Amino acid sequence: MSNKKVLEVRNLSKVYGKGCPKCIESTGPERNTNICPHCGSVVAAHDISFDLYKGEILGIMGESGSGKSTSVKNLFFDEIPTSGQATFFDDGKQYDLFSLNAQQKRHLRNHRFGMVYQNPVLGLNFNVSAGGNIAERLLMSSLSHYGDIRARAIELLSRTEVLTERMDELPKNFSGGMQQRVQIAKALATNPPLLFLDEVTTGLDLSVQAAILDLIMEIQRESGTAMIVVTHDLGVIRLLADRTLVMKYGRIIETGLTDQILEDPQDAYTQRLVASAL
Amino acid sequence: MSIQPILEVEDFSKTFILHEQDKELPSSHNVFLKAYPGRLTALTGPTGAGKSTVLKGIYRTYLPTSGRMLFTTENGQKVDLATANEHQILALRKEEIGFVTQFLHTLPRQSTEDVVAMPLIKKGESRTIAIEKAREILSQLNLPERLWAISPATFSGGEKQRVNLARGLLAQPRLLLLDEPTASLDPKTTDRVVDLIGNLKQTGTAMIAIFHDMDLVNRLADDVVELEPPVGTENFFNVHNHEVA
Repeated sequence: MSNKKVLEVRNLSKVYGKGCPKCIESTGPERNTNICPHCGSVVAAHDISFDLYKGEILGIMGESGSGKSTSVKNLFFDEIPTSGQATFFDDGKQYDLFSLNAQQKRHLRNHRFGMVYQNPVLGLNFNVSAGGNIAERLLMSSLSHYGDIRARAIELLSRTEVLTERMDELPKNFSGGMQQRVQIAKALATNPPLLFLDEVTTGLDLSVQAAILDLIMEIQRESGTAMIVVTHDLGVIRLLADRTLVMKYGRIIETGLTDQILEDPQDAYTQRLVASAL
Repeated sequence: MSIQPILEVEDFSKTFILHEQDKELPSSHNVFLKAYPGRLTALTGPTGAGKSTVLKGIYRTYLPTSGRMLFTTENGQKVDLATANEHQILALRKEEIGFVTQFLHTLPRQSTEDVVAMPLIKKGESRTIAIEKAREILSQLNLPERLWAISPATFSGGEKQRVNLARGLLAQPRLLLLDEPTASLDPKTTDRVVDLIGNLKQTGTAMIAIFHDMDLVNRLADDVVELEPPVGTENFFNVHNHEVA
């Protein structure tokens, strides 16, 4: 791991609803809710800050509704944050993510970021073939020759162990694990330096989960891609993440080295979470 | 002796706070120790004296409750391991500080030789050379060749321990922490381990070790630090009840 920073997030907040001055003080782990009792707004994430370095895998752990996916979706421009800053460092340039215009955002999404969703419907276009899904992403970048695009799609699909004979089939004909592999191939198409993985193994068979996790680790070793892995599964965290953030009711309640979070958790909530997993 | 320590632990203490049970559990207290290049410091003391806790504290798997742990890096910088940021610790674990525990934690579905070679590969060694070196040390530790291509997940305790040692010793860190590395090994293999640890000392690695029998302490230790169990370990006290009835 080099000490090159890829992403710096500061005080990211996302509130759904109109919000009121009492939202923040009335929500969070101490209040046991993320819904503001005064105005009914949902404080999905508040005051999220972290750094991500090249080649590093950062885990974000927490129960459903803790704000882990929200944090990542804001960084991938799926949502617009209520406040906060995020800086992406790339090739000597830096981008202030939340003040970019739509075209600049699209550029980063299509070329420099990759996202793999829990639900393949969000990450794949189900109206075009598996190969077509990858071609879509490649067309938005520099490749435009049909033969080149097809060759790159074949390369990516074999890398993620999708039978290339099936590349012209629609994703709906594929199993869940196979759809996930196509999604990963698509996300990797442009060799992005930053990859977001949102509950990518949730709901898959154990053997399929294992194969997907192996694939992710292999990609990380070979290309040094920085990744943010969102999961509620402690096993996935243990396997993949160097460092871990623990979230509850929209706040980060604890951060640390992954082995420290699992063996010497400081917060009462993390202690309960770790104890219930073993 | 003018040799400078690579690690100075000053007044290290660790108390676990168990929120669910509302308890404080003291483990190590007031530990002072030094580790020198090319020397082995043995931690001794009864069960419950917090020996493993000290090692995990140095590796930062446990967060120290108090104390300083000054580590001198390869380029002469002094880093307090108790407060260094996570990225610094990760870099040190990769380059300079190794840990051989009693148990083997490996990634599933990885062959034994890959497990052993991985720290070298991560340091930038070529795969071919790393695997070659891994095989060499595995045979030195008497692990049968037919096991090298299999995942250690199904190995016996002694076999796993040898894999663990092979990986830790091969990486040649500047500081190596050893927690009962020979607990389930036969006498012949233990002798091999003693030789290998001796070789590693020659290369300048500093070691802090816990051994399950005093014979090994006598054979390997240059310095001995004796720990005592913290006062009051037998009766855990309630966080919110400082008055003892």
